[in-house]
Amino acid sequence: MSDVLQLLLAGLATGAIYALAAAGFALLWQTARTINFAQGEFVMLPAFFVLAGTEWLGLPLGLAILLALVLALLVLGFLFKRAIVDPLLSQGVLPVVIATIAVGILLKESVKEFYSAEAQPFPSLVPGGTLDLAGAVLSLQDIAVLAVAGLAILAMQLFLGRTRLGRMMQATAQNPEVAVILGIPTRRMVLYTFLLNAALVTLASILISPVYLAKFDNGETLGLIAFIAAIVGGFNQIRGAIAGGFLVGVVDNFGAAYLSSDYRTGILLLLLIAVILLRPHGLWGRTEERTV
Amino acid sequence: MIRAREERKTEGRHPTMKRRELLSAIALLALAAPSLKAAETVRIANVIELSGNGATVGNMWKNAVEMAVEEINAAGGILGRTIEITHFDTQSNPGVSRAAVQKALDLDPYVVLGPIYSSSTKVNMQLTRQAGVPQIVGSEASVITEMGNPFVFRTSLSQAASMPKLANYIRDGIGARSVAVLWVNNDFGRGGRDAFVAEMEKRGIKVVADISSEVGQSDFAADVVKIRQAAPDAAFVYLHEEESARFLREARKQGLDIPLIGETTLLNQKVIELAGEAANGVRGHVGLSADAPLPSIAAFRDKFVARYDTTPDHNAIKGYLAVYTVKEITERIGGFDRQAFADALHCATITLDEEPGILIDTSWDAKGDVDRVSFLAEVVDGRQKIVGTLPPLGVSCD
Repeated sequence: MSDVLQLLLAGLATGAIYALAAAGFALLWQTARTINFAQGEFVMLPAFFVLAGTEWLGLPLGLAILLALVLALLVLGFLFKRAIVDPLLSQGVLPVVIATIAVGILLKESVKEFYSAEAQPFPSLVPGGTLDLAGAVLSLQDIAVLAVAGLAILAMQLFLGRTRLGRMMQATAQNPEVAVILGIPTRRMVLYTFLLNAALVTLASILISPVYLAKFDNGETLGLIAFIAAIVGGFNQIRGAIAGGFLVGVVDNFGAAYLSSDYRTGILLLLLIAVILLRPHGLWGRTEERTV
Repeated sequence: MIRAREERKTEGRHPTMKRRELLSAIALLALAAPSLKAAETVRIANVIELSGNGATVGNMWKNAVEMAVEEINAAGGILGRTIEITHFDTQSNPGVSRAAVQKALDLDPYVVLGPIYSSSTKVNMQLTRQAGVPQIVGSEASVITEMGNPFVFRTSLSQAASMPKLANYIRDGIGARSVAVLWVNNDFGRGGRDAFVAEMEKRGIKVVADISSEVGQSDFAADVVKIRQAAPDAAFVYLHEEESARFLREARKQGLDIPLIGETTLLNQKVIELAGEAANGVRGHVGLSADAPLPSIAAFRDKFVARYDTTPDHNAIKGYLAVYTVKEITERIGGFDRQAFADALHCATITLDEEPGILIDTSWDAKGDVDRVSFLAEVVDGRQKIVGTLPPLGVSCD
């Protein structure tokens, strides 16, 4: 029982980070019809902004994180939208997808070239130590990660659902033409969506890099898992993508512990295939219909 | 008048002929120059992990190789020839490493150095064998020298030599009656796991958990839980460097409170840097260490730190002594004959007195395996501390 509790907590903690990345996936799809296959690299990059701040500029950690956030908003939010998505979106989804794959490769190779090909230690913002609960040894770090990521997700949901700006962003996502008619500045709403995604991936990066270490190719694994989480949860529902993230984190941990650690990625892919076959809009996604 | 005209004709021809001869001589020299230049250099190919999961270890090796090459060239080269070193990136991928070795062989090198990853060496050493080019590797999987390849040579102890020493330490030093084994699922990890489990069985120590992990694995939460579930007296961790660091961080995060024992990779200085405080308390056997109590290694460490602003690990020592091995054996045979080199390195011993660049007295057996002293170590306050020295096993060249 104690092991189950430990695995559940560890799975939820990692899943919360996947949920941040998966929510970003869903946000970009809903609002801008953008499938961002560089999302994994988007999660990888802010950690290196932080390291550049501390190692190259000698900044204290807090300031380096702030700098990383600003750079992420600029590069992964504003520049990504203006330079890549805007020119290609009128050409359809496929050109954007191909462009994001190229962006992912560019980011990965740039970090490898200009920073390092080796893994780098990344400082943890949350304390170490353990807590004994019902015989289970629970990591304080996992609890803290779950709390921070959970709060961020809750804040995002409240922002999107309870604020005027958030509702305008949702309206733009649901029906851009009607949103324009209603006087919503849709182009600005789409930009805010990209900026929100940049903020989410920055938080995910800072939470996951202490465990995974900061490395240029972290995006490959993270991107795949975030994509699986978004599809399994529901690509067209942010809540679905978030739930998918938590589910994937837990299934990954339990699968590795009780089924096979050799085939842990295979277990996730089987889950993905099963969901696509049986419930293609995702476990919590909205059925998509169109008038024929 | 006729004579004058003849003289004038002769005078006119003489400068032209001189000019032609001069131009011919220059042309001949220009054609000969490349071959003259080639005769002054000796090509060595360094096929190594410069990116991918093995970038950490490969770059250590490469930096040390470059340092050794510069030193040797500054001292006059090998038998008067300058070493021309070319690096090839295996990307830590066996398939790519094979292509890299092929590319290296196209340059007709005297010797190939690397790689370190055993899975890569196993695949690409067939090519050097076919080409008859000696290959000095950093790999430790036992299988490397059990395939009858007369051209492959190690720079570190094989698993078959290390595991008995480690097993004795677990039995006598730790007093463990049961262990969990966590290993990486490739040739290196599988070979080490097999050798380790066999040694445990010989000593009556029970293996209560046998857990494999993937190359490049990031998340070790489930593996730590599985180890805890098995309740062993100690855990033997046999992963690559980055994965070792991730595992140690996870183990510390989850409060895993049993001795974590390893080999040279787990106690690697790079792992200690990446794992931070989580590495403290880790113990094990190391074949090579930058903290070994030898003046030659201390001097090497200081040089490396001064040049690269980072502490070398055992991969750096391997790379460095590989180049000096090439120098010493070539000087012994008196020429650049690859077959003679391979023959001479089998059953050779190089001592510090003969070649200080070897850093530690080293012998090779008839299969290319290395034998030398090794060390017991523990990580204390972020540094590897040597707590014991173990003698060589003694090579057999009968």
